Amino acid sequence: MLSPITSVAASSLESPPEPARPSAGTPLAQAWRWLLTMADRFAPALAGIGLIVVWEISCRLFEIPTFLLPAPSVILSGAMEQSWSTWASNVWATIRVALIGYLVAIAVSIPLAIALASSRLLSRTLYPLIVIIQATPIVAVAPIMVVVLGTSDVPRVAITFLITFFPIVVATTTGLLATPEEMIELSRSLRAGRTREIFHIRLPFAVPYIFSALKISITLAFVGAVVAEFVAAEQGLGYFIQFATSFFKIAQAFAALIVLVAISLLSFQLVSLAQGLLVPWSLPKSER
Amino acid sequence: MTVPPPVIHFDEVSQVFSKKDGSAVTALDRISFDIAKNEFVAVLGPSGCGKSTLLRLIAGLIKPTSGTLQIYGLDVTEPRDEIGIVFQRPTLLPWFDVLGNVTFPLRHKYGRVSTDEKLRAQQLLELVGLQDFATKQVDELSGGMQQRVAIARALLLDPDILLMDEPFSALDALTRDEMSFELLNIWSSRPKTVLFITHSIPEAVLLADRIIVMTPRPGRVREILDVPLARPRSLQTLSDPAFHALANHIRGRLFTRIAA
Repeated sequence: MLSPITSVAASSLESPPEPARPSAGTPLAQAWRWLLTMADRFAPALAGIGLIVVWEISCRLFEIPTFLLPAPSVILSGAMEQSWSTWASNVWATIRVALIGYLVAIAVSIPLAIALASSRLLSRTLYPLIVIIQATPIVAVAPIMVVVLGTSDVPRVAITFLITFFPIVVATTTGLLATPEEMIELSRSLRAGRTREIFHIRLPFAVPYIFSALKISITLAFVGAVVAEFVAAEQGLGYFIQFATSFFKIAQAFAALIVLVAISLLSFQLVSLAQGLLVPWSLPKSER
Repeated sequence: MTVPPPVIHFDEVSQVFSKKDGSAVTALDRISFDIAKNEFVAVLGPSGCGKSTLLRLIAGLIKPTSGTLQIYGLDVTEPRDEIGIVFQRPTLLPWFDVLGNVTFPLRHKYGRVSTDEKLRAQQLLELVGLQDFATKQVDELSGGMQQRVAIARALLLDPDILLMDEPFSALDALTRDEMSFELLNIWSSRPKTVLFITHSIPEAVLLADRIIVMTPRPGRVREILDVPLARPRSLQTLSDPAFHALANHIRGRLFTRIAA
């Protein structure tokens, strides 16, 4: 399950540089070539490990204060200060809000996009409203939403929804309207009707567009959840980061940040994986 | 003995499109011709002569601005089942495999495809020489193969009339010749009234019984020519003096017009 970015990186390294040595075939040359192959295969992991090592050494060597940049070892021990159950409940709270908001956004956006693409009137009345919502800084709206919607998950889900739905609406509408004229004529020549035209032709045609947006929105969903938790929450990684920094526990805040990045990356990969399993045709041939 | 009505009947058909700025463009100007049953007619002309508009009128996708357009003696008001269309591009649906694309008209029209119908689709794939490709994804096929799938799909509902809109124009020259003979084979095994739109003079002469030569802006019928070449046509047809004489005649006509 290669993401587009990693697969580009992989293909650029596809042929490891051949050692230009006259004695190819000797055990030494073979060992050299093996070393190069291994270096190529593990390059991303090695780069990551290298970064951590440099980070750790720099922090110790230059005695960087922990509140500016804690060393990886300090972050790890900071993370250990909290119990597993504390971590689990905070991680789960954030994932729950992000996923519910994301699913609600999908459930609302796709029918909304169909409506926008089908009716000029709806498109002319609803589209400006949608753009206004998108243009509003949701971070600024968040405190108001908490006052209006109370302190349950509802305002957090609503904030996540508001941040994630726009890319899905725009991409789906674009896909529905980008359907080639000849495909539509094929449908019309069969007199299959408007509904089948949408569900048999336009919507499948929009699937690659929809998945592009789903990949963008899944990472936005975690942005939304964390922003909501900053404003009002008693649980979640966003709340945890704020709590930790207010007590100057920078190492713990960093640990939560790293967990957030990991969750966000993992869910992005899960969406890519789902695309490969459910609608493999929508991927470029090289990524199937 | 009564004369049956022509399959396709054009009488003074004009098509005017109004542009966004309010000006009107005459795509077709008083077109009249008849096409008989199982006749293979090529519509030949440079781009901008309204050939595609002609096809969409017959398909019932657009309505003529004026004049009478009839199929089997009835005015064309909407698309009808007797017509199969092959577009300029294959227009296959990447979310179905090859067989799914051939059966698509049934799925789209009735919501389901029976086993018998799948078998018929498989026979159509055999007819176009793709029996071993039923479960392939469409983007694994070459351009020529994709267009064959499109032809099989157009034949699925067993239409009396086959409309083809420059179907081979996107193919390379060699594949194009091969597809022309392929089409003639299919036509001889399943006779149909064919309206074949093209801008290639040799293609029109090789394939058609009659050629409607059109001139552009506004699209008018310049001439309707009988093709005096015997059937079945083969590679030898291409070296027949009559083939070249007709092709040269048409070329002269079209270039005179452009020079004028």
